[in-house]
Amino acid sequence: MTSVPDPAMPSPAVPGPAAQAEPDASMSYVYAVGRDERALRNAAAERPGGVALRVVTAHGLTALVADVPAGQFDERGLRAQLGDLDRLEAVARRHHDVVASAWEHTTVLPMRLATVYFDDERAAGMLQEREEEFTSMLDWLTGQVEWGVKLYLDVRAARDTQPAPRPGTSSGRAYLQARRAARRGAAEAHGAAEDAARRISQEAASWASASAAHRPQQGDLATGPGENIVNWAFLVPAEHGERFRRAVQDAAGVVPGVRLEITGPWAPYSFATPDDSGRIQGGP
Amino acid sequence: MAVERPSVERRTAGAMPVPQGGAAAAESELTSYGADVTGFDDPEPEDERPLAQRQVALIDLLDRLLTGGAVLTGDLVLSIADVDLVHINLRAVIKSVTGDEPAPW
Repeated sequence: MTSVPDPAMPSPAVPGPAAQAEPDASMSYVYAVGRDERALRNAAAERPGGVALRVVTAHGLTALVADVPAGQFDERGLRAQLGDLDRLEAVARRHHDVVASAWEHTTVLPMRLATVYFDDERAAGMLQEREEEFTSMLDWLTGQVEWGVKLYLDVRAARDTQPAPRPGTSSGRAYLQARRAARRGAAEAHGAAEDAARRISQEAASWASASAAHRPQQGDLATGPGENIVNWAFLVPAEHGERFRRAVQDAAGVVPGVRLEITGPWAPYSFATPDDSGRIQGGP
Repeated sequence: MAVERPSVERRTAGAMPVPQGGAAAAESELTSYGADVTGFDDPEPEDERPLAQRQVALIDLLDRLLTGGAVLTGDLVLSIADVDLVHINLRAVIKSVTGDEPAPW
């Protein structure tokens, strides 16, 4: 365990993109920051994700830290790791295992993936520098969890609920009718999905204390039927979790071709970032 | 599809009280990440494992780990913080992950 009580050091200079460390050296990967040192020591002792964790403390804040090989986490190493899906997945799942485990012990602020310092002193310097901001965010996040809410639209599934052309219609006419019905069906399905999203947004606001929107999921990793049209995150007081879920499910209703997916509870990743103005996102 | 929604981004709801008492209150729920799925006549086969053992979908995780989390001026983190690195290399795979979306309210 490393404990750095009072690192009186200047703000770390931010090295340029060419920053490289000695490949054989270790660096300090910071997973999460909290205030309850004992709880975080307990979390570290469980070795979540198989990670050998230690704590770095400074100014009433405690960071969960692990050694990582400098060669894998310097500029070039990161490029290689994050450019390879399997390696990215390994890094991401390890990060998540640690954060989720820490969150079960105490409120923590999850760090962005691959937040790496040259050593523990630099990590402690970060804690010192961010003390006020972290403390206010931890206050805000205490007792709250994140829920993911996604809506998918499958236009074909929606269309299958449309009536078939009447028997006895000529084939050309039936074709045109079917085309028109399909266009109308698609527009109606989109409209109905947008209505569902609006209802969810309204109802969620009754139980959630903040909201954020991720970009709708696309690409090879976006599996499952339908197109993802809404990918939201809500910060919800822990004791309102069930009511929040029920409210969202009720608001979504049963709409042909529209599928609701709720994930969580998550540690509040989506609410740990500063917004564009530099102010803490959704902060008090 | 552009879903119209109120344009306020990422804000707190003024009326919501922030509960006191730490994360302990949340502890009992915190190991489940499984998805509740409703809708579609023919849903995906049910995952019969208990919630706590279901694996988080990688794409949901990347949404959060690549655009969420506290961003610091870590010694080497800058190349990651703006996600461009990952965005470029894995565009075909995770092109959905970056970019700002207006919050639902």
